[in-house]
Amino acid sequence: MNKYLERLVNGLFKENPTFVLMLGMCPTLAITTSAMNGVGMGLSTTVVLIASNVIIAALRKFIPNTVRMPYFIVVVASMVTIVQLLLQAYVPDVSEALGIYIPLIVVNCIIFGRVEAYAAKHSVGLSLFDGIGMGLGFTVALILIGSFREILGAGTWFNIRVMPESYEPISMLVQPPGAFLVLAMLTALQNKLKLPSATNGSVKKTALSCGGDCANCKGEVFAMNHELNTKEPQKEKSAGKED
Amino acid sequence: MSDLYNVSAAPHLRYPTKTNTIMRDVIIALIPASLFGIYNFGLRALLVILTTVLSCTVTEYVYCRLMKKQVNPWDYSDIVTGLLLALNLPASIPMWMAALGGVFAILIAKMVFGGLGQNFINPALAARVFLFISFPGRMSAFALEKIASPTTKELLRHGALVIDGVSGATPLGQIKAGETVNLMKMFIGNIGGTIGETSALALLIGAAYLFYRKVITPIIPLSYILSFAVFAIIFGGHGFDANYILGHILGGGLLLGALFMATDYVTSPITLKGQVIFGVFIGIMTGIFRIIGTGVEGVSYSILLGNLLVPLIDNLTRPKAFGKERVKNGKK
Repeated sequence: MNKYLERLVNGLFKENPTFVLMLGMCPTLAITTSAMNGVGMGLSTTVVLIASNVIIAALRKFIPNTVRMPYFIVVVASMVTIVQLLLQAYVPDVSEALGIYIPLIVVNCIIFGRVEAYAAKHSVGLSLFDGIGMGLGFTVALILIGSFREILGAGTWFNIRVMPESYEPISMLVQPPGAFLVLAMLTALQNKLKLPSATNGSVKKTALSCGGDCANCKGEVFAMNHELNTKEPQKEKSAGKED
Repeated sequence: MSDLYNVSAAPHLRYPTKTNTIMRDVIIALIPASLFGIYNFGLRALLVILTTVLSCTVTEYVYCRLMKKQVNPWDYSDIVTGLLLALNLPASIPMWMAALGGVFAILIAKMVFGGLGQNFINPALAARVFLFISFPGRMSAFALEKIASPTTKELLRHGALVIDGVSGATPLGQIKAGETVNLMKMFIGNIGGTIGETSALALLIGAAYLFYRKVITPIIPLSYILSFAVFAIIFGGHGFDANYILGHILGGGLLLGALFMATDYVTSPITLKGQVIFGVFIGIMTGIFRIIGTGVEGVSYSILLGNLLVPLIDNLTRPKAFGKERVKNGKK
């Protein structure tokens, strides 16, 4: 597969930021009360993601490794400010509906994660397509979650009534618990259908650093940490005995 | 030689109690309350009960089949969940909502966490709260129309309550509004409410059977009700007013919750100390919800909150193993 196209597929399915990487949960859970919100949030994040990815990838040779975080955050914050002002100027309704979650894109894990893990190490072209793929993956996920919640929880889709008048909406779905429920159900569905994903064994295991066999993972990394963690109290205990 | 093959694993000393005998006892204990609910609210109540039980059993069966798990060999727990859920619903609820509640109880509150024994909240209560948040109007539609001289057919369909014509607020609502209530009526159960919560008498008969069969111990219900009563005396603003306190205890779902919901094995603490802590906690929470909060009822929320604390309580009250020294502040 073309390596640019591969980036798109990667963002949409294999490493979908919402259903596989589980990144950026705060906007995912908070603003997906309607499909329209999902479109607004997803596209804003996509724009920020693409712009920051490209800029960081272009500057990656000049940014000193030790202080890269402040560089990244300045770039991301500038992009978010631009997007926020654009939204306020041209689509005030969307800006109103998304509220605080637009400025909060600055601290969205997806953007920081991609900038740090991908754009800082790859060429401008690849980073551009990575940004598009990841952004589209996020947008599709938000629209999916938003659609489920809006149709079942309010009886409408993109503010158009789709359910019959007699349908009594399950209003819990547009409330906070509904976000968790729908997200969990869709993630479970993706795993059950074995859609291409990094975590359900449908990808070649050699392609992943940890082996990717989550079902049989015994958490060796954590077991090692556990040993480290439990060593300390034992030392204290022996010190106590000497007392 | 063939005998050797038939030696089962330890324990060799056995007790005849199994999951299905316990569940069967719970079903028997719930029969008085269900029958009274049908008498009180008519055949529609029976239909609601059948709907939730059916939807619970079908959901469990379909889930086990789809997930290729062993279909539970008739342990009745899904029937108990369906029955408890129905007793927690008003008789006027649309059937599809009752069925949806059953699916939610089994699928989301129980099976996805690993089935019976792994569910961290009471499935029936979780479904009740789910329905209550989703359809608040339908779930508190207790008002009934009085029919002046009902025919036998109307009486069958609508239940005994149409004669009395309970309309408007439930007794708990009256208490909240500062009125006095008819305690005798509340004890017998000729009042509006959900199908199973109205009759304290029927619930107590069922609970007495469970105590007699030693399926449950009175520790959680007693600590729950007593701590709630103390809370009501201190913070209720009525002092030691028997009508107020008893009205609160007999009204709403408190008895149903205390006797049948809070005592669920899976979602209540194991140790004696833990059970007392659990009972007192939900008693105080119910008091806060009912007396200080704006809502009228809070039993289901408090029991669910208590359920969430059960692992912590169990951990705190873990008994000392025989022969082990007490460890204080990490020093021996």
